[in-house]
Amino acid sequence: MGSEILFFFEVLVGGLLAGTMYSLVALGFVLIYKASATFNFAQGAMVFFAVLSFVGFMELGLPFFLAFLVTIGLMVVVGLSTERLVLRPLMNQSEDTLLMATIGLGYVLEGLAQAAWGVEVRRLDLGIPDFPIMFIADSIGIFISALDLTAGAVAAFMVISLAVLFTQTKIGLGLRAVADDPGAASSIGIPLKHIMLLVWSAAGVVALVAGCLWGARAGVQFALVDLALKALPVLIIGGFSSIPGAIVGGLIIGSTEKVLEVYIGPFFGGAIEGWAPYVLAVFFLLKRPEGLFGEKIIRRV
Amino acid sequence: MATTISTYSRNDYINFSVLMVLGFLIIPMTVNSDYWFTSILIPWLCLALATIGQQVIMGYTGQLALGAAGFMAAGAFACFNLILRVDGLPFFGALIISGLIAAAIGIVFGLPSLRIRGIYLMVATLASQFFIIWVIDKFGWFKNYDSSGIITAQDIVIFGRPYTSPVDMYLVILVVVTVMTILAINMARGSTGRNWMAVRDMDVAAESMGVSLLKTKIQAFAISSFFCGVAGALFAFTYLKSLEPVAFDIKLSFKILFMCILGGLGTINGAFIGAGFILLFPVLLNYLGNNVFHGAIDATIISALEQVVFGVLMIVFMIYEPLGMARLWENLKQRFFKKKDK
Repeated sequence: MGSEILFFFEVLVGGLLAGTMYSLVALGFVLIYKASATFNFAQGAMVFFAVLSFVGFMELGLPFFLAFLVTIGLMVVVGLSTERLVLRPLMNQSEDTLLMATIGLGYVLEGLAQAAWGVEVRRLDLGIPDFPIMFIADSIGIFISALDLTAGAVAAFMVISLAVLFTQTKIGLGLRAVADDPGAASSIGIPLKHIMLLVWSAAGVVALVAGCLWGARAGVQFALVDLALKALPVLIIGGFSSIPGAIVGGLIIGSTEKVLEVYIGPFFGGAIEGWAPYVLAVFFLLKRPEGLFGEKIIRRV
Repeated sequence: MATTISTYSRNDYINFSVLMVLGFLIIPMTVNSDYWFTSILIPWLCLALATIGQQVIMGYTGQLALGAAGFMAAGAFACFNLILRVDGLPFFGALIISGLIAAAIGIVFGLPSLRIRGIYLMVATLASQFFIIWVIDKFGWFKNYDSSGIITAQDIVIFGRPYTSPVDMYLVILVVVTVMTILAINMARGSTGRNWMAVRDMDVAAESMGVSLLKTKIQAFAISSFFCGVAGALFAFTYLKSLEPVAFDIKLSFKILFMCILGGLGTINGAFIGAGFILLFPVLLNYLGNNVFHGAIDATIISALEQVVFGVLMIVFMIYEPLGMARLWENLKQRFFKKKDK
């Protein structure tokens, strides 16, 4: 009896920690949405692009940290060119137009990454084993992977630093001002260009971190793009404009899909993880369209 | 996103007759290579039909849906099971019923559109995409308990005559696509289409003028998935010649989305232009890769480059010509055949 409860907790904790990986993808999305009111559909592609480049640079012989820095530089360049070539010409266009443009951007990034680095699946070794930690297993009886635990810690660190950035610094104030009204913000001297560059670069860094963790678990491959799609239900549950929402949404999605998969999945032949998050998101939408932490959307005629 | 509505002119009838003669007489008589039929004309017509479905929901009604491939799968497997299990059901009958089944599923998954829009709706339709494929994949009944995962599609038999050669199948598809395209054009021009466009351009204003949002949106979802369902059945029976859920994955949905947007939102001919472009461009790239660069470029790199080009085009069209290639075509016509326009 006791072991069954332990098993449930094990599934739950595993799901929660896996959920933080979704949160990391969602986080990059929220960053851009908060600062430019753009649904960046390309965030998943950015994750793939970043981690594939990172692994590619390491294969070229760069040491770990240098490769990391070079990739961050590359993501800044991607952010800069996106701002310059995609977002600026589309300023003041409808949300749907911007969304479609970012779908195009996603295609470009996926294609470029594969053209540059090839399509074969690569292993990424972060030096963190994806095995249960024996210490925890022995003392509590729950098996938790070290990688999951690291992902959780990284996500927590990122959320705290981003929350501090947004609420406690002048840059954060500028970011929020730009998101609220770009015209008014630039008229009082907030450098719009720099803000956009900063946000896209930050989103790039978040994408790289998320990509590294995903890559270490599932291998660096194209399927990461599909995994990253699950950030969308996470966002819907958490709200598009809330950083804590991205985390809570990720936790809800991660734990629900794992628990459902383990306890209900076997009756239907499994693999319900593939659609359960989306269906869950739809039910959330019907009840609370703005998400748990999102701002209420008011549409004016 | 204005679409002009006018009555049919004499020009339209002439264009239509020219297209019909070309499609039914000249192409079957002059094109001899099976390659053209099986690899270009057949998939082009099938995907164009699915793109019309996407146009109805996205281009005309303005709902961001991303699940065309799911409804195509529903149509394909419905058709397979109908022919398998119902004795004496004619092929066109099975085709219509599978369209209706897809439409019924479309209505269910279209319900959230009453409350949500934009990317929210996109996620809801993604749910339909993954769910439909999963159901077909996991419940053996749909696949007639075939464990190999790949089921051969039955031959198309109409009035006792099997249509199995590429030209025959092309003609069958052409008949279906012609009839459904005429239907789509007329719906788009009539009150149905005007309601769709009113909802697209401003739903609150449309509602205040007496257009029922519920009826219009659900109707658009039903018609859209009907088109996708029929297209999916044709696609599986003539192009794939097999039924496997994997063929209808999210990638195909994205492809149809691209066909719809690049071709030109809110136009029927855009569906054909967009489908043709997305289908032919890789053929062209492969040709270039084999004959100009003599295989010096790896095939995977070529397909990656193709993705880059589609993405770039998407962005460029969004910036410079949101109405897509159909609009470019109109502009060209205007420039070269300047007529006294109405």
